[in-house]
Amino acid sequence: MSLIYLTAWDLAVAAALVAALAVLSAPLRLGLARPLLIAMARAAIQLYLIGLVLNALFGAVRWYWVAATALVMLAVAGYEVYARQQKPFAGWFGVAIGPLSLFVSSFAVAALTLTVVVAPTPWYHPQYAIPVLGMILGNTMTGVALALDRLTDVIRRDCAGIEGRLLLGQTARQATLTHRQSAWRAALVPALNAMATAGIVSLPGMMTGQILAGSPPVEAAKYQWLILLLIVAGTGFGVLIAVEWGCRRLFDGRQRLRLERLRADRRGVAAKKPR
Amino acid sequence: MNKAAGSGAPRLAVAGLRTAIIGPLDLTLRAGECLGLTGASGSGKSRLLRALADLDPSQGQVWLDGQLRETLPAPQWRRRVGYIPAHSEWWGEWVSEHIEACEPDRPDPAALLLDPDIAAARCDVLSSGERQRLALLRQLQRRPDVLLLDEPTANLDARAVEAYEAVVAARRERCGLAVIWVSHDRAQLARVAATVAVLERGRLVAPCP
Repeated sequence: MSLIYLTAWDLAVAAALVAALAVLSAPLRLGLARPLLIAMARAAIQLYLIGLVLNALFGAVRWYWVAATALVMLAVAGYEVYARQQKPFAGWFGVAIGPLSLFVSSFAVAALTLTVVVAPTPWYHPQYAIPVLGMILGNTMTGVALALDRLTDVIRRDCAGIEGRLLLGQTARQATLTHRQSAWRAALVPALNAMATAGIVSLPGMMTGQILAGSPPVEAAKYQWLILLLIVAGTGFGVLIAVEWGCRRLFDGRQRLRLERLRADRRGVAAKKPR
Repeated sequence: MNKAAGSGAPRLAVAGLRTAIIGPLDLTLRAGECLGLTGASGSGKSRLLRALADLDPSQGQVWLDGQLRETLPAPQWRRRVGYIPAHSEWWGEWVSEHIEACEPDRPDPAALLLDPDIAAARCDVLSSGERQRLALLRQLQRRPDVLLLDEPTANLDARAVEAYEAVVAARRERCGLAVIWVSHDRAQLARVAATVAVLERGRLVAPCP
């Protein structure tokens, strides 16, 4: 089956559905209308631009253009991790933990996939490198942001309990075991659910896209499984790094809980220790 | 351990201890000795205990049996310098998760007027008085050398207070446990401590008569 090209009218019909949702939600005072319209506009502009960028990249396969694109994606993803947290870490660590954990996990998993599994020629061919990295990076970004947000939230709420454990002679790692587990679960459950229900409850986005674009369904399924595995691996490693580094940062060399290393939260309430 | 009360080198020695709120202050506590500490609310009593337990960063030097605090790993320091805050935390579902049943050095729950089977109780049904007494059991079974008590009997009736004081006194006598006892109850401090000091705006003033 050949590819059915979408016209501006086709896209406008889909956009009208979201616009209608925004208009209907306005009288309910849900505060959703503006974010919905902004997100819709952002997605349209960003996807169009990346389409143009990919067109240009496919036309001239150069490693430095691919690397530059990847770095821009990393910077934006790192910023999103920071921006999505209610109480991010203060100072340089708060800015660095997102990009660093994303870089170590997503780039390593994407590089392994491109050099060993898919192995296009050259291995950094943008037709493969950019979509693979984008899939892994996007999901890892969500996982890392969820994990850090949950980690700082549960530790802040249970600071008295953690100090109670420290007072009985537990190490900081022992005292925060359940908190780290909670952050892990919050970040990985969406990826695990997506893998567990793929093909039964829904057809994942990439597979749907490939089928719509004319790929044989079985080939689309194989690529989708590959991508799901990569997403879980990338998210898992990224979350592992972020949670371990984040938790370490909340304690000093004498294993004292240092909540002042979190920024004052977005509502202007400073993180305080109990007296 | 097992030093006679009030004899020998200092069990706990503090020189120039200072945080943003307290100090600088010096104090010495011998094995088996109990220092009573009182002062107005907000004078820094709890902050002082937190600094001694190494929960808050502080400047100055603290020694335990001649060993500088920084030479001991923090978990080991907190096991030996046991701190019981005014509100103890109970994170497990059952009391038994916090208290070892077979610990030979654990005081008998009955000595604190607690149900002998209290280890089988759920933590969320404990009264505040039971929590305070169990916090003492939990800490003593770790055999600390120093015990920092912050308003430890605020939720207890007179009989339970008496039992609590007796258990601490017995441990002081038998094991040389040194104690800093924070309370607003001057009569209690006069009973349990040979010396009572007052903390004013983070500074220790001369011991009370």
